[in-house]
Amino acid sequence: MSVTPILAVKDLKKHFDARKGLFGEKTTVKAVDGVSFNVMPQESFAVVGESGCGKTTLGKLVLALEKSSEGTVHFDGQDISKMNGAALKKMRREMQVIFQDPYSSLNPRMTVSDIITEPWVIHDMYRNHAERAQKLAKLLDDCGIAKSYLPRHPHEFSGGQRQRVGIARALALDPKLVVADEPVSALDVSIQAQILNLLKDLQKERKLAYLFISHDFSVVRHLCTRIAVMYLGRIVETADSETLFNDPQHPYTEALLSAVPVPDPSIEKRRKRILLTGDVPSPLKPPPGCRFHPRCRYMRDACRTHDQALIEAKSGHEAACEVLPFKDARSAAALVAL
Amino acid sequence: MSEPVLSVRGLRTHFITRERTVVAVDGVSYDLHPGKTLAVVGESGSGKSVHALSILRLLPEPPAKVVGGEILFQGRDLLKMGAEEMRKIRGNRIAMIFQEPMTSLNPVLKVGEQIAEAVVLHQGLSQEKAWAKAVGLLKKVGIPHPEERVNDYPHQYSGGMRQRAMIAIALSCEPDVLIADEPTTALDVTIQAQILELMKDLQREYRMAIVLITHNIGVVAEMADDVVVMYAGRPVESAPIGELFKNPKHPYTKGLLASVPSIYERKERLEAISGQPPDLSGGFTGCPFAPRCPQAMSRCGTDDPPQFHLAGERMSNCWLVEDETKSSSHRHAPSGAIQ
Repeated sequence: MSVTPILAVKDLKKHFDARKGLFGEKTTVKAVDGVSFNVMPQESFAVVGESGCGKTTLGKLVLALEKSSEGTVHFDGQDISKMNGAALKKMRREMQVIFQDPYSSLNPRMTVSDIITEPWVIHDMYRNHAERAQKLAKLLDDCGIAKSYLPRHPHEFSGGQRQRVGIARALALDPKLVVADEPVSALDVSIQAQILNLLKDLQKERKLAYLFISHDFSVVRHLCTRIAVMYLGRIVETADSETLFNDPQHPYTEALLSAVPVPDPSIEKRRKRILLTGDVPSPLKPPPGCRFHPRCRYMRDACRTHDQALIEAKSGHEAACEVLPFKDARSAAALVAL
Repeated sequence: MSEPVLSVRGLRTHFITRERTVVAVDGVSYDLHPGKTLAVVGESGSGKSVHALSILRLLPEPPAKVVGGEILFQGRDLLKMGAEEMRKIRGNRIAMIFQEPMTSLNPVLKVGEQIAEAVVLHQGLSQEKAWAKAVGLLKKVGIPHPEERVNDYPHQYSGGMRQRAMIAIALSCEPDVLIADEPTTALDVTIQAQILELMKDLQREYRMAIVLITHNIGVVAEMADDVVVMYAGRPVESAPIGELFKNPKHPYTKGLLASVPSIYERKERLEAISGQPPDLSGGFTGCPFAPRCPQAMSRCGTDDPPQFHLAGERMSNCWLVEDETKSSSHRHAPSGAIQ
């Protein structure tokens, strides 16, 4: 491929030191444990997984908000995992973040106007008053924020309106990449739809790339073109969105998709659900071999010891399993027993 | 059809403070039949949880006050019962599970003690027998090694296991009605699937009726027999599940269903409902959904629509169905008019 990825993550690891109990032995939590993927310019790439899989840590590593233990993060061709100070600050103009909780991610003592324009102050941009006013007007318009909101404080607004302010702040610097960590999980469905449509429109208009971190497959399907599924610090499957939903290759993806309730009783009544037994194992002590094997219904003896790396099934479709993949195409529709 | 085990009639709950009165629940009515699941759906602030707490009389009074309606449980009005009598029903005949299992379990009591407590209290079992029953219940709700885990404290359980323990407590007296308030919202999808499956199995076994309170349309589609959709404290539509999804009558229901993304299809755009939910302290002239309603007519801003009763056990609180209506009633009318 001739185009440089906007984001290239390679063998990225983040290990946290932990203690079992107050005086217990030292252990390591491998929150992110060897993750690689590329995000192309203007692409919306999703990382999906359940709580504790490491998806949020991954987002922080990509933004250099956490220092990685190993591996590299290339942003627009430059390695940012080793960058510091001024160089990093300059790169950060190009990569912004939208957080899950619009209640805690906005400073309650700042006005909406101050929140949205703070990035310009930090990066010393648009110092001309007229220019700044014009930029701000455009930004408000794009994000669906009324001008009358500007002198008000975050607590005066509902969740959806606050999230719009968070989005406007992220877009103030015209970034190339936006990391969105569960941006709609805290919102009601009717408001969630407004924000998802907004994110989609903004992407088209401003040619953004998204790294979208979510636990919600329905939301991801709506917004993203490529998806990586994470389990216990690793990516277990990557594919373009349609392929993943129609032809999942990893047993975990398959079970996860079947567990998502469908908002249609006529489908729901005919659907066969793959129930995973037990809980996600503690990341303090991931199982040996394939990390998914204790919950996997296709488990073979080899899976207890052999830790399968990602293998490419078809062009652009990878899965970290050698038992299930590449059998007959089983579509998500085939999970519906007729 | 069998007699309903629970009939809610024109329930109204207000929160009254010196500054203002918030109308949290405004005229909820439905019948719940044994072995069936009724879903109460709505967004935050729609009054769905307050309605549940009103049934069990768990709201702090003041500021909360049930100002009208009847809650008939097996023919008797819970709102007229004394505190002592109510205690015999709460947790015994009508049990409740909550969204956040960590905050609703007592962190300093063993899980086993919390299950046994209900059995000792309501069934008068000895401590020893109650403990054995706790082990049996944990086994029933799918906790591995229940003989050992019964001695654990809640923090030693995972989120899914805590919700299972909550269900075990709720089931301990084999209630006639289980009220489940967002029982899977705090859980991951794979765990959610386990818990919903468990609830369905236990419902079949005990012939329990379930009031399922949720904002998740997918969960409704999976679990419910009948649905009540709430908006701004009112039931705006009620219908059997299939009908509601096939042919929603109220514009809010239509908007709600269209705004939900599904893993089964990729829509280019979601049909969002514009605007924000209203403030409940003001009181309304006309329909509270009118400012956001794509089909609003001029009368909607001024005339408060009654509840229109339609064929097939349906109700819609919208002027649009006036022509196809069989009868209508005011939201606050107690029993009688409401079928």
